[in-house]
Amino acid sequence: MVSEQQPSAIEGAKVLMVGAGGIGCELLKTLALSGFRDIHIIDMDTIEVSNLNRQFLFRQSHVGQSKAKVARDAVLKFRPDISITSYHANVKDPDFNVDFFKQFNVVMNGLDNLDARRHVNRLCLAAVVPLIESGTTGFLGQVTVHIKGKTECYECQNKPAPKTYPVCTITSTPSKFVHCVVWAKDLLFAKLFGPKNQENDLNVRSSDSSSSSEQVEDVFEHKNGEEIEQYARKIFDHVFGYNIELALSNEDTWKSRGRPRPIYCKDVMPTEHVHQNGNQGRGSAAGDMASVSAMTTLGLKNPQDLWSLKENAAVFLEALKLFLSKREKEIGNLSFDKDDQLAVELVTAAANIRATSFGIPLHSLFETKGIAGNIVHAVATTNAVIAGLIVIEAIKVLENDVKNYRMTFCLEHSSNKMLLMPVEPFEANKSCYVCSETPLTLEINTHRSKLRDLVDKIVKAKLGMSSPLIMQESTLLYEVGDDLDEGEVANYAANLEKVLSELPSPVRGGTILTVEDLQQELKCSINIKHREEFDEEKEPDGMVLSGWTQAQAAEKNSKVSADNGASTSGASQAASTVPEDEDDDDDLQIILPPVPGKKRKLSDVTATSGVPSAAKEPKIKRKAEEINGDKDIVMLDDGNIVKKGEA
Amino acid sequence: MDGEELTEQETALYDRQIRVWGADAQRRLSKSHILVSGLKGSVIEFCKNIVLAGVGSVTLNDDRLVTEGLLSANFLVPSDPNAYTGKSLAELCSDSLKDFNPMVRVSVQRGELSNFDVDFFHKFDAVVISSCSLSTKKSINEKCRKSLKRIAFYTVDCRDSCGEIFVDLQDYIYTKKKEDETIECHIVYPTLEEAISAPWKSLPRKVSKLYLALRVIEKFEELEGRSRGETSAADLPEVQKLRKELCDTQSHAESQIPDALLERLLKGRTEFPPVCAIIGGILGQEVIKAISGKGDPLKNFFFFDATDGKGIIEDIGNPKPK
Repeated sequence: MVSEQQPSAIEGAKVLMVGAGGIGCELLKTLALSGFRDIHIIDMDTIEVSNLNRQFLFRQSHVGQSKAKVARDAVLKFRPDISITSYHANVKDPDFNVDFFKQFNVVMNGLDNLDARRHVNRLCLAAVVPLIESGTTGFLGQVTVHIKGKTECYECQNKPAPKTYPVCTITSTPSKFVHCVVWAKDLLFAKLFGPKNQENDLNVRSSDSSSSSEQVEDVFEHKNGEEIEQYARKIFDHVFGYNIELALSNEDTWKSRGRPRPIYCKDVMPTEHVHQNGNQGRGSAAGDMASVSAMTTLGLKNPQDLWSLKENAAVFLEALKLFLSKREKEIGNLSFDKDDQLAVELVTAAANIRATSFGIPLHSLFETKGIAGNIVHAVATTNAVIAGLIVIEAIKVLENDVKNYRMTFCLEHSSNKMLLMPVEPFEANKSCYVCSETPLTLEINTHRSKLRDLVDKIVKAKLGMSSPLIMQESTLLYEVGDDLDEGEVANYAANLEKVLSELPSPVRGGTILTVEDLQQELKCSINIKHREEFDEEKEPDGMVLSGWTQAQAAEKNSKVSADNGASTSGASQAASTVPEDEDDDDDLQIILPPVPGKKRKLSDVTATSGVPSAAKEPKIKRKAEEINGDKDIVMLDDGNIVKKGEA
Repeated sequence: MDGEELTEQETALYDRQIRVWGADAQRRLSKSHILVSGLKGSVIEFCKNIVLAGVGSVTLNDDRLVTEGLLSANFLVPSDPNAYTGKSLAELCSDSLKDFNPMVRVSVQRGELSNFDVDFFHKFDAVVISSCSLSTKKSINEKCRKSLKRIAFYTVDCRDSCGEIFVDLQDYIYTKKKEDETIECHIVYPTLEEAISAPWKSLPRKVSKLYLALRVIEKFEELEGRSRGETSAADLPEVQKLRKELCDTQSHAESQIPDALLERLLKGRTEFPPVCAIIGGILGQEVIKAISGKGDPLKNFFFFDATDGKGIIEDIGNPKPK
């Protein structure tokens, strides 16, 4: 495969890039230099300062503008004679339907989130267009090829779910700093500034005493005429003092753990109004979100510094006061945003004060921001390497050079002398509900669960469908869309609130539901099994989906046991999830190193097609051994690099 | 840690990479000076990477006037020929590179690389050489070695869809993290001369074919008095002869240097941009490691061939342990 030998396949190709971020900028440049002449690029994001260290097509002056458009303009400057079409839009928009995808010879992803990746995977499968998928984190990266009927699809293997923590770890027994960050962000911040009527039964308090909820509401309510300073101190004492005292009263909890220390405002900041600076700032230009900062008012400069308890307390009080005085209008509608300086300050201070109570080491604002915002580590060099590898695969795909398709892993430490490790693509998973027609099974209490539970917890959360349609035989139970008439809308809304067995066309054990997403052109069947009881800790959704997905999840549960109890992000337990919101400008990485004996190579598939499956078994290769003797496999777990075999 | 703190502006701009290599490494980077000579595709990629990473300064050396052929894998120079008449490649590239990161000083050093003396190289922390003869590479490597401070030395060569990086960090001490502990490591590099004149018998088993093929072609260019890369498929018979001679004297199997590979390397004069991106990316990473003193550096060759997709590290030419 040499550049000059087959210019025609490249020149005649029409290609789609999804994502104009870290990988996208590099990819667009390399495609243009390599002779691609018709490139379409979709990205919904606008440019931010923290992009500029690696997204080299963007400049300071472009901050706030469309990534797709600026990238296009920048590349046309050195290759003006090619065609680049930019779309400042979400790839999940209905305009980008199967017909849209069909016009391309190959689709290349440089995306930052699982949701969009799954969506593009489905559209590529439906349109029968080859997909090249990629991702990077720090020095690690990978490129994979997905072609319907030839290799596995992007969803044939399970992707690591966002890390979750048992609720009680967050509310009562934190042992790591991340627990304190989750508490500060998902509980405290949400309680202070989020919607008042949150469907969230987790109080900031650590005790579960049933009478407490009203009292908590009282504490958090900022009454008319109440001094801001006084309110801030009251909140401080309540969450860092009173709540800890309450938790301490439950002796059983502390038999095997260190007892936390309640922290009261007066002990840390003895005199009131230590800083009057909050008031001084009041006259200055308000409104600019970025300019409101507790660090600035308190004269704290370096975000990498560790703050003392006193400094954390000062930041907490100051940030809280600034929210109430400068950003009052937003209160009630705020959710945590890693680019909101004041929010990061408040969460950092709160997490550190809580960490102090529990004897957990403190962290800087810089570090806390990374944890709270789930910021993906990113460097330009890895993105450049990965983009080069994507183009090499794209050219092979255009030449239909099937036997040379590779997925490639970019490693931090060489493995068997290899820094870039190519592996033959895996065969499709025969029981993948996305690219095969294998039915799924859902165990559910059909007398108690409502259709809404099924839509939210299974169809949307697990199957990743965004505009689903649910049918039982020929009866439509649920559907979304702009073209529904009023009667249908009302009908479906009513259905959502009904328990399954009481639907117009009842859903019971033995029923087969058809679930379909018209945009993704994905359709699957779900066999319903009625089950009376579910384990609240282990099956918090109150339903269990099985098929290929659950098989692995169950395996995991049994290994991880107790600590992973509340591992699903069902609404009732939602507080325990670490950031589900992935960073919006980086390249989320999901490295899936080869697992021994799990998958077949593409060559085995082609060699044995038509042979009964039993006969194929001996051909299964132990991939990991073959590639690297099982040493030094690099794998990614929530942004943490885990090196196996190096211990 | 030595030196002043990063500014607010630096912390904001470099946020994502500081999360990878830390603030100390970023501070060291911002004080480092890099010399780059021979602005071909892979080196252009490298320049982009280190300017984005925030080194202190980059000095470009390439007096060639711009022609279309020189720009096949260059994204720094606008396509308008009026914009580049009369300017050297280094001058044109420097204009664009400055734009990538205003915090990095980018300048041009005119002149023939082989004429610069030890004092000149002494100003730099890392020197990257490409597009020049083997003898020039060797002489610069020696000059870098003579300097009182340690200068990281690299050569890059891309032919067809293959690339080679050579690294000489001399006597190198660095730190790395192992199981939450920071440990200090010490490695000793051979010079370029030592690395390419290693007896083939002593080479690692299954050494990259590219290593051998590139040595044959380098030797061919040297004997014929050709400039680097000034070859074509028509040279194959002569190169095959040379291969036989070398293999005979080194008692090595000729089959380890296949005709097809030699032919590709001889005729592939156009750069293959994806390989430039890969080689420039790996090289950028290595220079960042060497300057920051963090992480295992590559020792001492890296090879990439797009036909098999493998990126391989070879450790060649170490002096025998005493």
